[in-house]
Amino acid sequence: MLGDALDYLLDGANWSGTNGIGAFAVQQLLLTVTALVVAVALGLPVALYLGHRGRGGFLAVNVSNIGRAVPVFAVLLMLSLGPVGSDELGPYGRAGLATLIALVLFALPPLITNAYVGITEVDPDIVEAARGVGMSGRTVFTSVELPLAMPVILTGVRIALVQVWATATIAALVAGPGLGRIITRGFANQATYQVVAGAVLVALGALVLEGVAVVVERYADPMRRARKVTV
Amino acid sequence: MTAPQVARCYVDNDWLCGQYLSDYRPELTDATVQHLWITVVSVVAGLVVALPLALLARRNPRFESLVVGGTTIVYTIPSLALFSLLLPITGLSATTVIIGLALYSLTILVRNVLAGLRAVPADVVESARGVGYSETRLLTRVELPLALPVIMAGLRVATVSTVALVTVGSIVSYGGLGNLLLSGFNSNFKAQILTASVLCVLLAVAFDLVLVVLQRALTPWTRHAR
Repeated sequence: MLGDALDYLLDGANWSGTNGIGAFAVQQLLLTVTALVVAVALGLPVALYLGHRGRGGFLAVNVSNIGRAVPVFAVLLMLSLGPVGSDELGPYGRAGLATLIALVLFALPPLITNAYVGITEVDPDIVEAARGVGMSGRTVFTSVELPLAMPVILTGVRIALVQVWATATIAALVAGPGLGRIITRGFANQATYQVVAGAVLVALGALVLEGVAVVVERYADPMRRARKVTV
Repeated sequence: MTAPQVARCYVDNDWLCGQYLSDYRPELTDATVQHLWITVVSVVAGLVVALPLALLARRNPRFESLVVGGTTIVYTIPSLALFSLLLPITGLSATTVIIGLALYSLTILVRNVLAGLRAVPADVVESARGVGYSETRLLTRVELPLALPVIMAGLRVATVSTVALVTVGSIVSYGGLGNLLLSGFNSNFKAQILTASVLCVLLAVAFDLVLVVLQRALTPWTRHAR
C-alpha cells in the first residue's frame, strides 16, 4: 500500500495537468496563505486593541470559541449553495471564494484568542512602569505590550497556519480546490494508495509549514536578543 | 379536487423552513442522536488513552517527546484523509469515525493532562508524601483533583472540536448531522443544510455548558479562590 502510494507520488505524470498533484498543491498553498493573511488583517487589529484596552475580551474569546463549534464543512456547503456560489475563482479554482471565506472564519479563533491573551498577560507592573515614565498609550502598546506579547501572538498565527492547511482539504467535498481532491478521487475509485498519497502530502506539507513558521517566528520575535542575554 | 398542499418554503427552497422541522423530525432526531453518541464515545476513548500516556510521559522524558511528536503528526493529517485511511481496516462503520476523532481528542488531552499534573505545586505533593500517601492515593486524591481545571479546559476544546469534526464522518456515512448536510448539499435542499448546521452549533454549546457545570461541581474549592 505504502509502496503503491510512493510509486504514485514519484511518477511525474501524476503531477502535471490541471487535475495533477502539482496544480492541487499550488491551489492549496494559495488558499492557505490568502486565508491566513486575510484572517490576520481582520482579526489581529481587533484582538490587539481589545487586549490593550483590557476590555471586551471576554466577549472576543467567547465569540471565537463559538466559532470553533461551527463546522467548516457546514459553512462551506452554505456558502457554495448560497449567495457566494461555487464559481471558478482565478487560480483558486472552483468554489474558491466559498472555500476562502470558510477558511478565514476557521483561522480567526486561534488568532484572536492568542493575540488577546498575549497582550493581557503582559506583566502589569511593566505596563505601569512604562506609563510612569511618561509613555503615551500608543507607545506603551507599540514598544512594550506588542514586543512582549509577540511570541504568544506568533504561536497563534502558526497554529492557524497549520490548521488552515490541513482543513483546506475539506473543499474537495464540494468538488472545490486543493489536495483533498486527490483523497476524494482515490476514495471514489477505491484506490486506497491515492488516499494514502494525498494524506501523506497534506501531512508533509503541514510539517514543512510548521517548520518554516518556527524559523520565521524566531527571527520575527523582537525580544529574541534580549531573551538570549537574560537566559 | 385540490392538489395536496406543499409548503411554500419547499417550493422556494428557502433556507428557513418551519415545515421541514416537523416533516423531518425523525431524521433530525436520529442524526442528532448519532452525532451525540459518536462525540461522547470518541472523547471518552481519547481521554481513556490520554491519561495513561500522560502518566507514563511525565516520568520518562524520552517517552514524552515521542508522545508529543507523534500526536503532533496525527493532528496534521486532515480528518477527510484519516477517515479514508481507516476505511480499508474498519469499513463503513462508526468505528472508523470514532478512531479518527479519538486520535484528535487524544492530541489535545495528553497535553492538557501533562500540563495540569505539572502545575500541581511541588510542596503539596511533598506534604502528601510526608503524611504517608501511597503513589496511587497521591495521584487520585491530590494530583488529579488539582489538575482537574486544566484537564477540563482541554476536555472542553476537544469536545467542541469533535462535535464540529463529526460532520466530516459523512464521507463514511457516519457523520451524524453531517449526513444531513451532505445529502442536503447533493439534492440542493437548503432548509436541511441550515437546520443541521444550527443543530451542530447548539449541540456543541450544550456540551460545553454541561462540561462547565461538571467542572464547577467537581472542583468546589476553586469557586472561593481569588
